[in-house]
Formats: sequence, structure tokens, C-alpha cells
Amino acid sequence: MTAPKDQAPGEDGTPPGDGTPQGRESSPEAADTTAASGGAPAAVAPGTNADGTAATATARTAKSTRGLTPPSWLSLTFLLPALLLLGFLVMYPIVFSVVRSFFGADGHSFAGVDNYTGIFKGHDNLVTVRNTAIWVVVAPTLVTVLGLIFAVLTERIRWSTAFKLVVFMPMAVSFLASGVIFRLVYEQDPNMGVANAAVVAVHDTFQPGAGYPGAGPRTGNDALGTQQGDGTIVSSRQYAPGQSALLPLLRIKPEDLPTKPVQAVQPPAAKPGELTGAVWFDFTKGGGGNPNQPNAGESGLPRIKVEAVRDGKVVGKATTRDDGTFTMKKVKGDGPVTLRLPKSNFTASYGGAQWLGNTLITPAIIGSYLWVWSGFAMVLIAAGLAAIPRDALEAARVDGATEWQVFRRVTIPLLAPVLTVVLVTMVINVLKVFDLVFIIGGGDPHASVLALQMWVESFGGGNDPGKGSAIAVLLFLLVVPAMLFNIRRMRRERA
Amino acid sequence: MSTTETGTAAAGAPGGGPSGGPGDGAGAPRRGIAARIVGRVGGGVAQFLLIVVAVVWLVPTFGLLVASLRSTSDNGASGWWKVFSKPGQLTFSAYSDLLGKGDFVDSFWNTVLITVPATLLVVVIASLAAYAFAWMEFPGRDWLFLVVVGLLVVPVQVALLPVAKLYGSVRIGSFHLFGSITGVVLFHVAFGLPFAIFLLRNFFAAIPRDLLEAARMDGGSEWTIFRRVIFPLGGPAIASLAIFQFLWVWNDLLVALVFADTGSQPMTKWLQSQMRQFTGNIDILAPGAFLSLIVPLAVFFAFQRYFVQGVLAGSVK
Repeated sequence: MTAPKDQAPGEDGTPPGDGTPQGRESSPEAADTTAASGGAPAAVAPGTNADGTAATATARTAKSTRGLTPPSWLSLTFLLPALLLLGFLVMYPIVFSVVRSFFGADGHSFAGVDNYTGIFKGHDNLVTVRNTAIWVVVAPTLVTVLGLIFAVLTERIRWSTAFKLVVFMPMAVSFLASGVIFRLVYEQDPNMGVANAAVVAVHDTFQPGAGYPGAGPRTGNDALGTQQGDGTIVSSRQYAPGQSALLPLLRIKPEDLPTKPVQAVQPPAAKPGELTGAVWFDFTKGGGGNPNQPNAGESGLPRIKVEAVRDGKVVGKATTRDDGTFTMKKVKGDGPVTLRLPKSNFTASYGGAQWLGNTLITPAIIGSYLWVWSGFAMVLIAAGLAAIPRDALEAARVDGATEWQVFRRVTIPLLAPVLTVVLVTMVINVLKVFDLVFIIGGGDPHASVLALQMWVESFGGGNDPGKGSAIAVLLFLLVVPAMLFNIRRMRRERA
Repeated sequence: MSTTETGTAAAGAPGGGPSGGPGDGAGAPRRGIAARIVGRVGGGVAQFLLIVVAVVWLVPTFGLLVASLRSTSDNGASGWWKVFSKPGQLTFSAYSDLLGKGDFVDSFWNTVLITVPATLLVVVIASLAAYAFAWMEFPGRDWLFLVVVGLLVVPVQVALLPVAKLYGSVRIGSFHLFGSITGVVLFHVAFGLPFAIFLLRNFFAAIPRDLLEAARMDGGSEWTIFRRVIFPLGGPAIASLAIFQFLWVWNDLLVALVFADTGSQPMTKWLQSQMRQFTGNIDILAPGAFLSLIVPLAVFFAFQRYFVQGVLAGSVK
């Protein structure tokens, strides 16, 4: 890519500060100015580390010495292997797919445009089309915005090279490995998936819950507590400081018990002024055991909040340990208190988001896509930033512009061509996204996109090459604008 | 990442603080201490944000690594981050189990057998074509090159069905092209060519004309010029291309899924076949995915300079 020319600035509208006339180069001088002015990501392309780019332009202009050029039949031998492969495996298939898309599954019956209209029929197909639309709009935009933010911010730190390596690294990793990585991240169980572990940790900081929904005290004569309508449990008798309380609970769901249950024990002896107690699951597996006593095999209930209440006021608080015991060190005032287990103990614990559920699955997969591709955008945009002439920025600053104004009015317009290239590249790429959806979505129709649906129809059980071809041709048609964009860029460069 | 490094170094001065440039004198009174403090704080905020981003970017891969180093029962009982409280959990048993599986080891070698030829062939075939496009004259040259540029963005999906059919019809004796490593390689080469030709032609075109003409004047044949002048001078671009193609083929799943059978399947396809039970198979998937990404990651870190160049030069694929 004879670097600077490829991305002539002012693709759409001339950016301010770029005084170069848009006449198409050819003199080394012009090439140099274009290189210096903004918006040429390719200014850092291969050309640079070989010979100066100016040399190219000179070489180009001197297209005269014809006598030395080899005969054109010789060029055919150089081109032949490439042309054969491209012809048989790329060009011919395009034609074949177009033809095939007008025939039914068997390949003989003419189907007209049925295969195409079929793409938009039926609930699952519409979900697929909708998802593809979401992908095409959201993913490229977010990748570009993140890339821009990272590129701008890295200009302000010293460890920018290290940062860029970290963010760029996923580009080298296969989508399959990325898929496995993010399946692990998005695991539903907060004890397995790091995403839900983080979400639950944040949630519980603001709204803690011990998570024993449905639990309650024993009812009947030997009940040691009563449950109120909202779930709160209050002890039947009162306790004075220096005493110990037993608060047995029943109806604990097995999945709410600690993964490694600790044997319930008698509460520790209370020192003067203290209140101690034990909360446990008063149920012995296989029967037996004394009710209201922590027997062997019964599990303590950790993380339960206990409050001491006198005259409707909370005068002491404690939380149970792994074995279910608690010690209330300070109980304000004198006299006996009632013990209360607030309702927050008995609401379901927050399990995090359903990342791979019907609603969030597409955003979740797009999240993993951002992880892979943001580095790409960042590197391109950073190269574009580096090519912006310092004078333009300084001039704006001298004129009293704030940093934000400089960014908004000078940097962004000068970067516009690079941002366009990133956006276009990402749109093309997103249309082809297959592996991530296939691996993370695991065949869930709520995650499907056209590129995946094409495979499903043709090879993954759909058994309808007609429909598969129609989807393939549709994908091809969707990238045609990008193809024309590229060709126009090339022609402008070579004109 | 030399290219970007120089870039940020140049950009560092004005970006770092408002009082950087030499032409600052006139504007200084208007943006006084307050602006400077804002600049400092801004820098601090940038630092903080980027640290958070870097952590978010590293954690998923790190999680995979740790999960691959824990036993199945530990992975089933708790999240990988619990390893910090119990470092004793770490074990290589998942790796040794996996490497004891014959079909996984076979799939690893298949990946190598697919990737290396597909990379070499693209480099050779594309260099020849790029040389013709850059330095030889023939009718329709520019037109043909634009076709190649157009093919850059063609999605592989368009070719899957037709090529599968085409491959199915190629049988020589007991050799079936469909399902063979050769078939997978050829497909990768064909779809690597547009980008490769595009990248190399632009690079070759930048080689000074004088050099070529001197060689032609000396009576060197086109083959000699190609071998002695173009190929060596094209080194950096060829390196970028080779790395790109290597990563692209090594990481591919879709092409392998369609054209490879169980005998010729690469690692990606084998791992995919183990995905049906994700949590149950984590002791296979985590080390397998990690082994499959360690090679491209090593290539990336060893040759990141060329990789970045390739990204910058070919931002269209």
C-alpha cells in the first residue's frame, strides 16, 4: 500500500487544517504532504520501513521505459496459479451459489425467490435476521468507539505499549478459544462464572441476603420462634445478656445449604453482657435426633443476620459463623431482649444475570466480540492519531480551545477517514461472524445470525442447500457496498 | 509494535499536558493552573481507566488458564479464582490426560499439516501474482487487480456449498479431495490470496524502479529478478502476510467443519466436537483451548511488529 495515497484525506468533506488540494499526487511533494496530514492509517504501512514513500511516487511518474518490460505472456505464468485457485474456488462458487439459490432442496425444482423470502419467514428466522441487524449496527459502532477511547487514553500514559499488547492480544486467539473462554466467563452459577460472581458481589454489597428462601421455625408446642407474614422470624421467649439462644430452622432447600456444611454446635458460653446463640438446620437426615437441639449430622447456617430487639428498637446485631453460632458482643441498655431474624435472610439470594438466557445472549456474545476486536480498532486509530499534524492541534490550543474542543473539532474530523475504514471493516467482519455465535450460543436459536444459519441450513442438519445458498448470496450482497468502497479507494489511488 | 510506539511517542507531548508545546506562550495565561490541574487529574483518570480495562481484558484468558490447571472436581465445586486461597489445587493432570488422548494429538498435527502448507503456498503464489501486477505489463492488468481487490471481502460462506460439491466430484483412486487435508489447504489458500496479492502488490510497487531496471538491463530473466530482487526486498511484507495467514488458518473452525473429516480434522474442530457438554467437559475444553491458543499467541508476541503492520496495511478483510 503505497501508504499515504491509499487514504486520501477528505474522503467525505475536507477536514479542516488539511490544505492539500485533493488533486491526485504524483509529485513526491504532494505525496509527502498527504502523508503528514491526518487520516492516513496506512502512513505506517509496510512502505514506511522499506524505502521512503516519496520514492514510490517518483517511480510511478516515470512510466516510460517500455523497451525493458517483459512480454505479456510471461506475466500469465506468474499469475496462473493464483488465477486458477481464485477462479475455481472463489469466482465459480459465487456464480454457482447464485444459481443454486433459485432451486429447492433437491436441486432440480425451480424455486424462484422462495429461498430468499424464506429467510424472512417464521419466528426463528426473523429472530436470526433481527440478531444480524443488531450485530451489524451495535458491534462495529462499539468497537470503533472503544478503539477511539483506548487510542486517545493511551496517549496519556507511559505504559501504552504494554496496554496495547494486552488489548490487541485476543486478535491472535481463535474464536473457538475465545468462545470457550467466554462460556466460562458467562457460566450461570456465580460460583463458576466470573461475570456473575462480579455481578453478585456488587449486588450483595448493596443488598445483602443470606438466601434461605422458604425457611421457617418449627410450629406447634415446642416452637422456639414464630414467623411473621413478611418472613421475619421472632424468638418466642426473651433472653437477657449472658444467656445463649437456640434458634432452629426448618424447610431449608438442599441447594441453599452451604456447599461444605459445618456441623451445628451448641452456642459458646456467653460472657457477661454478651448474648450468644446458634442457628442451624434442625433436621437429621434419616430421622432421629432431638428436636431443638443441634444433633450430629445437622448443619449450621452461616451468614444469617440476627438482631436483638427491645421495645421495637434494635439494640444489638450479629451474623452467624460457618457453624451457625453467633456472638452479640454489645447489647445496648439493660433488660431482656427478643431475638429477631430479619426477612432479608429468607429472600432468595441474587443469582446474577442470565447471560446466556434468551434476552441477554446476543449482547453477551457481542461483548466477547468486543473483547476480540477492540484492539484492532485501537491500533488503526492510534496510527491515525499519530499521523495528525501537531501544528493543527497546537494552533487550536493557542486560539484558546479547550482539550475537549480540540478533540471534537480538530482531532475527530481529521480522524474521520480512519474511523470510516474501521467501521466498514467491522461491518464486513460482523456479517461473517460464525464461530463465536456457534460456540457461545451453542445452537440456541435466540442467538442465531445469518452466517450461522447458512451453515445450519447447508451442513448442520437443515439439509437445504437452496436456502443455504440464498443466505450466502444475501451475505455476499450485503458486503457489495463495502467491496465498491474498496475498489473506489483503489481507483482513486491509482488514477 | 514499533510503528505504534513511534506514533504515541510523537503524540505524547501534546496529549500529555496542556503546557507541552513550544507555541504555548500566547495561550498560557488563559489556561492557567486550573487547566494544568485538570490535565494532571485527567492523566490520573486515564491511568485508572486503562488499568481497569487491562484487567478486564486479561481476566478471561487467565481464568481459562487457571481452570485448565485445576482438577475436575475443584472446577465443579468452585470458581477458578478460589485458587488464590488454595494454590495447592494446581495440577497438570488435565493436560497429561488430554495429551494421552490419541485423537487430540492427531488433531494437533493435522492443524500443523494444514497451517504450514497453506501459509507457504499463499506466500509463493501471491508473491508471483503480486510481482506480475506490480511490475509486468499485460492487457487488462488494472482491471484484473480491481477484481482481486473486490474479492477481498467475499464471505467464505458463499463458497462452502459449491466447493464442497466440487471437492466431492474429485476422486483419484482411493483419494477423495472432500475430507482431505489437501482440500482444506487449497480452500484456505484460495481465500487467502486476495488479501495476500493486495498486500504484496502494494509493497512490491514501492520498490524503486531503478533497482528493477538495472537488473533487467543486466539481462536478468524475470524469474531471476523475482528471486533475487523482489522476494528479498519484500521481506517485511511477506512476514506480515505469513503471520496473518498462519493465524487465520490455525484459528479457523468453519472451513474445517465443512471440509475436514475425523481423520483430517484440526484441533478447533476436535474441540468443537467436545463442546456439547460444556461444564462436564471443562477438563478437556480448558486445557485444549489453552493449548490451541498458545501457539498463535507465541507467534503474535514474537512477530507482533509484522502483525501490526499487516493490520494497518490490510484493514479491509
